Amino acid sequence: MSKQQESMRTPLGRVRGLGSAKHGAGHFVTQRVSAIALIFLVPWFLISLIAAVRGGYDGALAWVADPINAVLTLLAVGAALYHMRLGMQVVIEDYIAKHGTKAVLLILNTFICVGLFAAAAYAVLKIAIA
Amino acid sequence: MSSWTDKRPMSPHVSIWKWHMTMASSILHRITGVGNYLGIFIVVAWLFATAAGPDYYEPLAGLIGTIWGQLILFGFTLSISYHLLNGIRHLVMDAGKALQPKFGSFLSGLVLVLSVALAVGVWILSGLVPGVDPLNMTGAAPLGAAQ
Repeated sequence: MSKQQESMRTPLGRVRGLGSAKHGAGHFVTQRVSAIALIFLVPWFLISLIAAVRGGYDGALAWVADPINAVLTLLAVGAALYHMRLGMQVVIEDYIAKHGTKAVLLILNTFICVGLFAAAAYAVLKIAIA
Repeated sequence: MSSWTDKRPMSPHVSIWKWHMTMASSILHRITGVGNYLGIFIVVAWLFATAAGPDYYEPLAGLIGTIWGQLILFGFTLSISYHLLNGIRHLVMDAGKALQPKFGSFLSGLVLVLSVALAVGVWILSGLVPGVDPLNMTGAAPLGAAQ
């Protein structure tokens, strides 16, 4: 099968964001894999968090310090941030037509999600390892 | 709109498009997704404040304890509940199931009702509703109370 039969789009059309630049399926799959993880992690996180905040600052500190809570919190927050970066990317791509604005917002989206993960990871590791 | 008798498909233009359950569900999924995006800032702020110490934790807990803080927190709970349950519906649809129009509409409505019930249930069971505490969760100091 030759290259031309695989797609009617030109390679330039693909990389200009007018179609999948060969990562469209990856976005679809990772969005759903993170969703499956979150089906389990979010209810656990909600229930634990409500119990944790009951004890005020000391209760919160003791809760995060627990090894299982620390690891599951990192997983929950990590999966959530990964999932929402993908989701927000689609929202931006759908509603923002201007190329410049779109690019800025997509970069900002990544920065926010990675930044929030760094803050969350720092906080959890500082409490759990100290 | 009601005088329109042509049965052929119309342009999917929002202003002239008949609302239906699956459409509302799709829009709500996106709105709650953006809501959760904003809400996770609170979760990360809470984790960060816990690591930073009581000087940061107490003001944040106080802020969340105000009526506006509680309203935002309940909105976030509702947003998570809906996006979670409707997300499961989306995964079922991705598997090629529940795609019949009638059943799809029914399931969309069911998700909406269940998500409100879930959010209200979480708040009642966790003692976040003032004066209601079936599991005696408020035995310890609640978030936002003076330590």
